[in-house]
Amino acid sequence: MIAELGQFLLILAFLVALLQSGLIFLGLRTGDTAVFGFARAGAIAQFVLVGAAFACLTWLFAVSDFSVLVVADNSHSEKPFIYKLTGVWGNHEGSMLLWCLMLTGYTGVLAWTANGIAPRLITLTFAVQSMITAAFTAFLLFTSNPFARLWPAPADGNDLNPLLQDPGLASHPPMLYAGYVGFSITFSFAVAALIEGRADARWARIVRPWALAAWTFLTIGILLGASWAYFELGWGGWWAWDPVENASLMPWLAGTAFIHSLRVMEKRDTLKAWTILLALMAFPLSLVGTFLVRSVIITSVHAFAVYPERGVFILAILAVVVGGALALYGWRANCLKPTGVFSEISRESSLVVNNLVLAAACALVFFGTFYPLFVTTVSDETLTIGAPFYNATFNPLVGTLLILVPISGMLAWKRAKPGPLLRQLAPAAIAMLAAGIIAFALADHDRLAGAMGTALAVWIAVGLLIDLKSRLKLFDIPLAASLARARNLPLGIWGMIVAHFGVGILVLAITGVSAWKTESRSFMQPGDSLTMGQYEIVLEGVSRVDRDNFIAEEGLFHVYYGERDLGSLAAERRFYPVRGMSTTESAVQGSALRDVYITIGEPVATRGWPVHVYIYPLAFWLWVGGAIISLGGALSIADRGRRSLLSRKPAAEQVQVAE
Amino acid sequence: MRLLAFLPLALFAAMAIYFAMGLREDPSVLPSQLVDEALPDFDLPPIEGYQLGLSDDDLHGEVSLVNYFGSWCPPCLIEHPMLMQISRSGVVPIYGIDWKDEPGAGARWLERHGNPYVRIGDDQSGRLAIEFGLTGAPETFVVDREGRVRYRHIGIITEEDWEETLRPLVLDLQSQ
Repeated sequence: MIAELGQFLLILAFLVALLQSGLIFLGLRTGDTAVFGFARAGAIAQFVLVGAAFACLTWLFAVSDFSVLVVADNSHSEKPFIYKLTGVWGNHEGSMLLWCLMLTGYTGVLAWTANGIAPRLITLTFAVQSMITAAFTAFLLFTSNPFARLWPAPADGNDLNPLLQDPGLASHPPMLYAGYVGFSITFSFAVAALIEGRADARWARIVRPWALAAWTFLTIGILLGASWAYFELGWGGWWAWDPVENASLMPWLAGTAFIHSLRVMEKRDTLKAWTILLALMAFPLSLVGTFLVRSVIITSVHAFAVYPERGVFILAILAVVVGGALALYGWRANCLKPTGVFSEISRESSLVVNNLVLAAACALVFFGTFYPLFVTTVSDETLTIGAPFYNATFNPLVGTLLILVPISGMLAWKRAKPGPLLRQLAPAAIAMLAAGIIAFALADHDRLAGAMGTALAVWIAVGLLIDLKSRLKLFDIPLAASLARARNLPLGIWGMIVAHFGVGILVLAITGVSAWKTESRSFMQPGDSLTMGQYEIVLEGVSRVDRDNFIAEEGLFHVYYGERDLGSLAAERRFYPVRGMSTTESAVQGSALRDVYITIGEPVATRGWPVHVYIYPLAFWLWVGGAIISLGGALSIADRGRRSLLSRKPAAEQVQVAE
Repeated sequence: MRLLAFLPLALFAAMAIYFAMGLREDPSVLPSQLVDEALPDFDLPPIEGYQLGLSDDDLHGEVSLVNYFGSWCPPCLIEHPMLMQISRSGVVPIYGIDWKDEPGAGARWLERHGNPYVRIGDDQSGRLAIEFGLTGAPETFVVDREGRVRYRHIGIITEEDWEETLRPLVLDLQSQ
């Protein structure tokens, strides 16, 4: 019964969304103001309906109702309860339902909080949002029904993919989806602005918290994904440039460019057409991230043939939604006349450089992800594009951009004087040189990558501290007055400084992890030891551990650094009998300076266990840097601006709000 | 300027057409039905004189080569020194499947020429060979950590095949 109820709720949600998008356009055409209220109520109704359908599916997983196909395929009665629940989105159908839940959730929150937005703009936004909801609930109902029954019902389920039985993976898709789907709101706002033929600073002000929320969730999601890859997959890395990761990086890069150009639009009423275009790109790239990569095109051409109707449906949605939006853009973009002008040396122009570089970086990742596929379809050759390609193109490009990070925030809007700025930043430049030379002498010796990364990180961090000091007039005025200035500094500025500081830390961590990592592999028997530089790793023993739903082989290691005993750690290889699948649990012994990272493989008759040891300097700071960046995003969302949207001042005045 | 605003649409249209073409790709024309697929489930007994058989579970967790051979197969003997060399190099473990051999023949053959294999399964009936889509012996499959076949080499592995194709592929898979 619950399954049928869920299906019924989903059908209702689809109908409401479909009706709503149609009726709003009709109402706006005939000038009937009743649609304003209707749009809002409809948005909330969709959320309630999809939410209830999601609750139904969760219930089915919780009680292990194996007469439902998705539950039978992806759950098992002996699975820990919490993973039964997270199993709801550990499969294609359930994750699509979660996707729809987030979509309607965002629309619902927008309906809840949308005050002071021009009624036509917000109503059009609801219409576009409802069209997207209609398309995706239809996708669910017609190609991926999560409530399909299985007859006869099996006695027990097929277990959840053991790789998914992990807190990291349980939390990673919801965060990632919250990011992806968040860009639907900015997309809908952009389409609404294009239909209206008008976008101004006020529009940017309305859209900004949504863009920041999506961006922050996406940042957290990518971070969780990276930590999952690092701790769980045992591939010995946090970032591999594989299509799934790239798919989340592309909307992130577009979104990063978007939140920066949005700032220019809000402050200076310029770069409008470009900002709108970024809003239109971030969402389709998110769709590419969710669909084309995760389930259909890229992973393998085979998967595509298994579910051709899904591929066709998604492509049709993409074609209508994105094609329609871009056609509208081509038609209307010229209506968006900028009013602000700026000189070559100004914060605006530094943000233009930021946007161009991020767009180029996004294009590079796009190329790197899709070109191999393109080659395979047009010829018989196969080709892979991996880390070397990105190291040679993406890294220098983005590295160069990051030099601008502290400068940009200190440049004045409109027209800046370079002289005083250079004087102010001189200490940062000196610190940068010193850090680079020290890193080169201590760690690098024969190549520059590590020194350059360290120098860049120090430049960003010290530059930002100088920026903050000058904003607070620290040491120039009494401390109490500086503190008062700190309190009055808008949260958006705090957010910017914090997030950029996080970027500096991330740069340092990436430098450590990639430029200074060392690795070694060897077959080991209990009692054997492996020496890597100053480190000595001893395999103390291998034992079998039996757990509820898996059997593990646990290798117990002891690590020494010179004379110092760094303690013991255990790497596991787990076998999940129901699926007949093995997974690895890498052993990570972390500290602020370095991680010792060990994986153990299947034993080979006489040679023992293959053991892979990595030393990752500064890996801990990857997570710290990422968390600080997310915190910066969150702070900026909290910035409600000096004047609330409710004060209906004309846009021009809104622009003049001082920092 | 006016036309420039349509550029994003044009780019998108080009991509959409390309993806739509991708939809019509027929997977059956791919060179080997097993490439990029999981190994078939199997559990072969050991050949006479050996303790360890071979099952698909043994091929999880580490990149490996699976080599079909037979004592009756002259090309296998030609290939054999190369397998010994690979095995000694320790780059990648090799698992053997003895195909349609008389009981004991495989063991005697290995005793005479050396054993490059970590484990050997006995496919005396040749049933598994059908699932592997074998065209003849020797034939070698590169299997990744997840137990998926990533490459299929038909015929003798020459020094050149090893250095230029298989070894780079194995190293690449190991580093992933």
